[in-house]
Amino acid sequence: MSHVIEMLNIRKEFPGIVANDDITLQVEKGEIHAILGENGAGKSTLMSILFGLYHPDRGIIKVKGKEVKITNPNDANDLGIGMVHQHFQLVQNFTVTENIILGKESHFILDRKSAAKKIKALSEQYGLKIDPNSVIEDITVGMQQRVEILKMLYRDAEILIFDEPTAVLTPQEIEELMQIMRNLVKEGKSIILITHKLDEIKAVASRCTIIRRGKMIGIVDVATTSQAEMASMMVGRPVSFKVEKGEVEVGSPVLEISHLNVLNVKKYFAVKDFSLTVSRGEIVGIAGVDGNGQSELVEAITGLRPIESGTLTFNGKDMTHYSIRERNEAGIGHIPEDRQKRGLVMESSISDNMVIKEYYREPFSKNGVLRQQVIDKHAEEICEAFDVRSGEGIFSHAGKLSGGNQQKAIVGREMVLEPDLIIAVQPTRGLDVGAIEYIHKRLVEHRNKGKAVLLVSFELDEIFNLSDRIAVMNSGELIDVVYTQQTNEDQVGLMMAGVKSKEASV
Amino acid sequence: MSTKVKSNAFLVAISAVILGLIAGGLLMMAIGSNPFEGFYYLFRGGLMSMERVGNTIATAITLMLVGLSVAFAFKTGLFNIGASGQMLIGGLAATLVAHYVFLPRVIYIPVIILAAFAAGALWGVIPGFLKAKFNVHEVVATIMMNWIAYWSIYYFIPAYLKGPSLETESRSIAIEQSLRSDWLTDFFGGGYINLGIFVAVVAVIVVKYVLDKTTLGFELKAVGSNRFCAEYAGIKVNRNVIISMMIAGGLAGLAGMTFYTGYSRNIQIGVLPSMGFDGIAVALLGASNPIGVFFSALFFGLLQSGKGFMNAMTDVPPEIADTIIATIIYFTATSVLFSRFWDKVGKRKKERNDARTAKAEAQESDHE
Ligand SMILES: Nc1ncnc2c1ncn2[C@@H]1O[C@H](COP(=O)(O)OP(=O)(O)OP(=O)(O)O)[C@@H](O)[C@H]1O
Ligand SMILES: [Mg+2]
Repeated sequence: MSHVIEMLNIRKEFPGIVANDDITLQVEKGEIHAILGENGAGKSTLMSILFGLYHPDRGIIKVKGKEVKITNPNDANDLGIGMVHQHFQLVQNFTVTENIILGKESHFILDRKSAAKKIKALSEQYGLKIDPNSVIEDITVGMQQRVEILKMLYRDAEILIFDEPTAVLTPQEIEELMQIMRNLVKEGKSIILITHKLDEIKAVASRCTIIRRGKMIGIVDVATTSQAEMASMMVGRPVSFKVEKGEVEVGSPVLEISHLNVLNVKKYFAVKDFSLTVSRGEIVGIAGVDGNGQSELVEAITGLRPIESGTLTFNGKDMTHYSIRERNEAGIGHIPEDRQKRGLVMESSISDNMVIKEYYREPFSKNGVLRQQVIDKHAEEICEAFDVRSGEGIFSHAGKLSGGNQQKAIVGREMVLEPDLIIAVQPTRGLDVGAIEYIHKRLVEHRNKGKAVLLVSFELDEIFNLSDRIAVMNSGELIDVVYTQQTNEDQVGLMMAGVKSKEASV
Repeated sequence: MSTKVKSNAFLVAISAVILGLIAGGLLMMAIGSNPFEGFYYLFRGGLMSMERVGNTIATAITLMLVGLSVAFAFKTGLFNIGASGQMLIGGLAATLVAHYVFLPRVIYIPVIILAAFAAGALWGVIPGFLKAKFNVHEVVATIMMNWIAYWSIYYFIPAYLKGPSLETESRSIAIEQSLRSDWLTDFFGGGYINLGIFVAVVAVIVVKYVLDKTTLGFELKAVGSNRFCAEYAGIKVNRNVIISMMIAGGLAGLAGMTFYTGYSRNIQIGVLPSMGFDGIAVALLGASNPIGVFFSALFFGLLQSGKGFMNAMTDVPPEIADTIIATIIYFTATSVLFSRFWDKVGKRKKERNDARTAKAEAQESDHE
């Protein structure tokens, strides 16, 4: 048989949970093999076993038909297995070449030239379009990911593992990554791709292994299986991709942004003379390519970043100078862009994380003393409602949760108190289709209750599915605000590139 | 969950102690002494009589309070290396009270405690403030504060509290004005035991309570483990940095009080108390947990107070005794690092792997 990788009957337990229960994965040479599964199904765990980060409790691994023991990533590398992690491991102020040959310091000067040559050759061979001499901090996230890919190729990896590679990419970059993957398999590499996006699986994968709650459900031939079929196999019930959304009376303004100017870290204006109103009963989506000032805008509204000029009004009150806490208390919920950095305290329990904004208030504490039972109960409710799964429930450390479950916990925390305004930045990043359906439903319900949502997303689908109005941002400026029903993706796409709607509609 | 974390820290501590003792034993063997004999006298020296037990406890009291100080700051992600200076200033405040304030005992004791705490807190809050406002690293600032305390004492003692004969130390505090207490002294049959024991035990309980059960502790810990998330949640990061250093300083100030007005009854000039640094080891061995600090302070107290006897009874020189303690401290420090290392095993392994593959390649290309 031409299986390059066979993981047979793998089992892996963590305290309180069987992450992999008798899972078998067989990857053929030269294929792109997708792994699909709910959040917490055990996909990352399975890949960590293949890469030698965890040791399976049971089961065997074969590479090219030979049984192997992979006790650490070094073994994996020797066997030609490479992995692109979600969080890149690159030295920011080093060049591409330096990053790729890192560890070779003793021959640094001698090797650099020939290494750069090899890297350039590889880059051309696979269509990576990387300049070996550019410095990491100057290149985009998509480029950085390609440097990671180059790193694997430079080390002669034959089997490439991608764990949710597209979660951090813009739609254009995703398109390019797909093409790169096709090039890679054309050159005889084999790829294991973990993703929650079914259209990506459809676009590049030949077969897909589906797992649910640690168990293997089946392998499907991607070409002959519809997205809906795959989704329902994975979740165990039919999933709807369209959001049911009725008409709702738009009420009084909740958030009024007026002539806002904000500087970014490099002291350039990231938000320029930005004005926008979000009212009760509406979801306003901010569309734009990543890095066009959305992050700075959100940070300015939530108080995490000082503003240069302009005003913010919340429920009719001037909140320009409110502290972060005052904004929380006024009724702003915030699903942050970077869940690892801002969203959670990884070493703390889920329980504590669920009250990180509320701990000082009744009923969670009284006279400065925490009431742990109330806190735990609150956390239980969130985990229940938002289906946050983990080995030890609310006592699990946040860092032990799977990526998607971390995200669900944050969304739950921000939504459960029903603030007047929820600022949701990429709220469904890393979530499985079932969870996306649920979060979308909750956001719409939130609006239906006469509250407001400010949605920031790089996925046009999500923007169009949820928003009543779409505000398009380009290099810090508001290009235009349009009603979702009166526009289409092409028009918004043009505006995202900086073309005003009047010109676009001509 | 928390029990698992604790038991892990406990295992780390125990293995560090065992490794340290083994290393100490080997050291004794290397200089031709019998390690069993050495350890026998070391522990006997700390425990063989009530008086020696009392002295062991008296040593442990100070270590405990310094350990708490370091541990408390550490929970907020701060490294308080200035406990020595805070001890000196807290001790000076307590000494001044002891010389000049005469009150009934029930009022006197709270007054001296408050004075020592406030003085230490002042010495801690300054680096805290510098960190919060100007981002001056607390290690640099606390070390500077150590030397400011050192030279202040150097000047102050001879100028205002000179003893009758010696220029280099303050005049002794009257027994009734010190933390010594007749019934305690009688109970232990003499020695250095003093009321600091209650101060230390209460401090352990209070610190544990504050960290685990109060909103203040919640905030301090959140700031310590992820300041970005704390900020996002509306917690005032800078305010917590200042509070944390203030309380840490206060605790070290109390340590100074127990040392200078309890264990001894005067302050020497030209000495930065080494216990201020030993407290770092106490906190490390105790995994920055108040209960852990309690036990590790007792253990270090035992070693400290037993070493003299070992030195007297065997041919193990005092330097070797100190080396043994240092070795244990060393193993403590490294094994805590090891446990952190294991905590982050996934991440580290990956990094190491990257380095290794790069190296492997380097070798490969050598052959080419
Ligand atoms: N180091 C760990 N300690 C304890 N439990 C863990 C650990 N790593 C993973 N788990 C648990 O194992 C289960 C599977 O996690 P895994 O990360 O493999 O999920 P996943 O399929 O990658 O999910 P996602 O799509 O959300 O990334 C989860 O319930 C998670 O809480
Ligand atoms: Mg995962």
